[in-house]
Amino acid sequence: MSTVEAFTTPEPAELAVPRRRRMSGLRGQPLPVKIGGAILALMALLALLAPVIAPYGQNELDFNNLLSGPSLTHFFGTDESGRDIFSRTLYALRVDLAIVVFVTYIPLPIGVLVGAIAGYFGGWVDAVISRVTDVMIAFPFFVLVIAVIAIVGPGVKGMLIGVPIAAWALYARLARSEMLVLREQQFMLATTALGYSRRRAIFRHAVPNLLRSALIYSTIDMVVNLLLLASLAYLGLGAQPPNAELGSIINEGQSSLLSAWWVATLPGLVIVLFGIAAGLVGDGLSDGRRR
Amino acid sequence: MSGEPLLAIDGLRVEFGPADAPLAAVKGVGLEVGAGEIVGLIGESGSGKSLTCRSVMRLIHPPGRIAAGSIAFEGRDVLAMSAKELRDFRAHEAGMIYQDPFSSLNPVFRVGEQIVETLRSNLGMGKDEARKHAVELLDGVGIPDPERRALSYPHELSGGMRQRVMIALATASRPRLLLADEPTTALDVTTQAQILALLQRLRAERGMAVLIVSHDFGVIAQVCDRVAVMYGGHVVETAPIGTIYEQAEHPYTRALMESVPELESAGKRVRRPGIPGSPPELTEDLEGCVFAPRCAYARPSCKDVSMALEPVAPDHRTACPVRPFARTAATTGAPA
Amino acid sequence: MSAAATEPLLVVEGVRKEFGLRRTLGERLTRVVAEPHVAVDDVSLSVARGEILGLAGGSGSGKTTLARCVIRLVEPDAGRIVLAGEDVLAAEGKDLRDLRRRMQMIFQDPYASLNPRMAVGTAILEAGRVHRRPGSEDGDAFVRAELERVHLSARLAERHPRELSGGQRQRVAIARALAVGPEVLIADEAVSALDVSVQAQLLNLFADLRDELGVAILFVAHQLAVIAEICDRVAVMSQGRLVEIGATATVFNDPQDDYTKALLAAHPHAHVAGAAAKASGLVDNAGA
Repeated sequence: MSTVEAFTTPEPAELAVPRRRRMSGLRGQPLPVKIGGAILALMALLALLAPVIAPYGQNELDFNNLLSGPSLTHFFGTDESGRDIFSRTLYALRVDLAIVVFVTYIPLPIGVLVGAIAGYFGGWVDAVISRVTDVMIAFPFFVLVIAVIAIVGPGVKGMLIGVPIAAWALYARLARSEMLVLREQQFMLATTALGYSRRRAIFRHAVPNLLRSALIYSTIDMVVNLLLLASLAYLGLGAQPPNAELGSIINEGQSSLLSAWWVATLPGLVIVLFGIAAGLVGDGLSDGRRR
Repeated sequence: MSGEPLLAIDGLRVEFGPADAPLAAVKGVGLEVGAGEIVGLIGESGSGKSLTCRSVMRLIHPPGRIAAGSIAFEGRDVLAMSAKELRDFRAHEAGMIYQDPFSSLNPVFRVGEQIVETLRSNLGMGKDEARKHAVELLDGVGIPDPERRALSYPHELSGGMRQRVMIALATASRPRLLLADEPTTALDVTTQAQILALLQRLRAERGMAVLIVSHDFGVIAQVCDRVAVMYGGHVVETAPIGTIYEQAEHPYTRALMESVPELESAGKRVRRPGIPGSPPELTEDLEGCVFAPRCAYARPSCKDVSMALEPVAPDHRTACPVRPFARTAATTGAPA
Repeated sequence: MSAAATEPLLVVEGVRKEFGLRRTLGERLTRVVAEPHVAVDDVSLSVARGEILGLAGGSGSGKTTLARCVIRLVEPDAGRIVLAGEDVLAAEGKDLRDLRRRMQMIFQDPYASLNPRMAVGTAILEAGRVHRRPGSEDGDAFVRAELERVHLSARLAERHPRELSGGQRQRVAIARALAVGPEVLIADEAVSALDVSVQAQLLNLFADLRDELGVAILFVAHQLAVIAEICDRVAVMSQGRLVEIGATATVFNDPQDDYTKALLAAHPHAHVAGAAAKASGLVDNAGA
């Protein structure tokens, strides 16, 4: 019996069936992801272009409008020194978003890799890595970061160093538990059956499948880091005045909260908006995955 | 068939996706089940058989929806029932069992408790009465040592036992119709035979009708009186089981039956043609006959086929107007 | 019957695999198991070149575990596995990888056996390149040839598994396995998850591979009819033990072991007369 049978005729029929709906790519994403993503993109864009589009300088003083409410000339109003809150918010967002992206997405690949290795190999490798991970997670995060700041001094440096030291552990734990499930999947078993090296199995096959949940988690992580950053700034441990940071602006507006609510509240709402947007993206991505 | 059928589905359409560009998984299905009859619904993936079965109890969840058609149970329109009427319908008149008994039973409750809960909420029994009755039900589905077994958790039971528990749960209120969606697919061959025998016994004892969905001809052959063959969201042929085997009219039915492996092939070099290509996925409505792209008997005129079922014999209907297997003499009925 | 049975290519001798369920704290601390579950109990069989040996049995029979022991996805506790004279269980490192290359497995679930994030052409080419198969330098030609061997169009090379049907995915899995040039294929319920009309096509493909490439195939399946269709010989397993082995026609027409007889008796006959007769018999013997 010939192999080249009329089995070449299945081709037209098979290809005639429409390709299954492409659910990947920008267009296939569920609505919450698109909305949240759009908001985040907009915030990032505004932050990036702050020097260009901010109506006023960061520390530019407008003596005619001390502590004035939101208006057409000052969208977010001004503070006691006459600085435009909107412009300050934009500059602050610029600094804060940059830091947040750094401290979220530097630990992510490191953590995922470590967790993947722990989950794949099991045994003592897993035991050692898991204990280290457990210690890092158990350690009070805030205390660690403040300790680092105590050593290197206040300012952005403290957070840039302190957060990644601990943050990778959460990604490691996440990746490890995903890997425990993943390595029993048939396509992972196939890599062993096909005689692939373990390095290839982990890097080329497992990790791309682990990234998705890490990325979903990172949306929450970004918000947590932003809040951490704002808290530190609020405590005076962040970027030093007169540089703007969301937390320090809020701090400065705290004393006039009842009379000039806009100074503290509006930048605070920006943080909230960021949180909502990031949450939408995270939820949307994880829903899409469940389907 | 005399009298009104117990269940009459007509023009059923189940859709997914946006309302302006819907994808239909069930595209106008008509089906009847008489009282005490066992009807098989056979089809491959994408045929829509499971969704058809679930539609009877209106168990279609978003993003799917029943877009058109009627489902009449003893003359009453199920699709028009209010929430309360629907609950009563599901509790007392129709029951359903599924493919995977494990996920249909709550893993944290003992099986006896789960039956008791059904009895108390659906039949209003008191606690003691329900407990006794639960044990009787378990005994009725052939579970040995039912008093002890009632105290087991689902994971402590074998697949066959779990399916029996499911049947006990589903038939506790003595429904007149049991819907079975691939009830034996996850079971061993020996267990499968026993479960099917159980269904036949329940039909004999209680006159309960069964609509059984399967992709396995062996299952269908073992228990069904009549068969409806589904493909691509349509019913393409309905006939008594004997007729389907002796005189199937639709090319898909024949091709499907010819693809089924047989024990008798042992030792022989058998080469079955299968059906080139694959069953269609959820698609937009196609023009003409849904099976034409894979059909060996397709003609240009198949582009205008409406997939409506036409009778070729008293209880035998087919959606294929080409009828490549029809005998030249227009005789009705099939030799035994 | 099969091509002239030459000396066996793959020999399995006395393989045993236990799984321990360490339930109590005492068991966990001492790592000694009171009652291990024996999944594979002293099983021996052999497969020759150009032969398809079926491995039949219900769930829990140990057939999948045995199949995985053969390629050491699971390490057997005892026994010998010999491929063309080489000891599989003793091999390490590079030797083991090469032995693995020569015995490929096709898994059951077409939806899980391919990496969802990899285009199928990439997956097939990777297999060829990792083992430096001749022809793998020219990626496109290599992939096209391998796809053709399983009767798939080269145009499917860029697609991802989710864009293919179950039958197509299984063919890709077979292509990936063939790309490394194996001498033995182990099909672990490889057609069980497919529609009947597609299953028939895949069975033909396996038969063709046996005839044209001369591969030995260990075909694990729980459906006896499927085994009847393409297996030259069949081995029946029950609760970890091999209870009967022989030519398919012989075993199915004249079974010796009680379990085999029970399996055959319970098998649904897709013929109405036979079914009705069996059904009435079964109602009388309603069991657990």
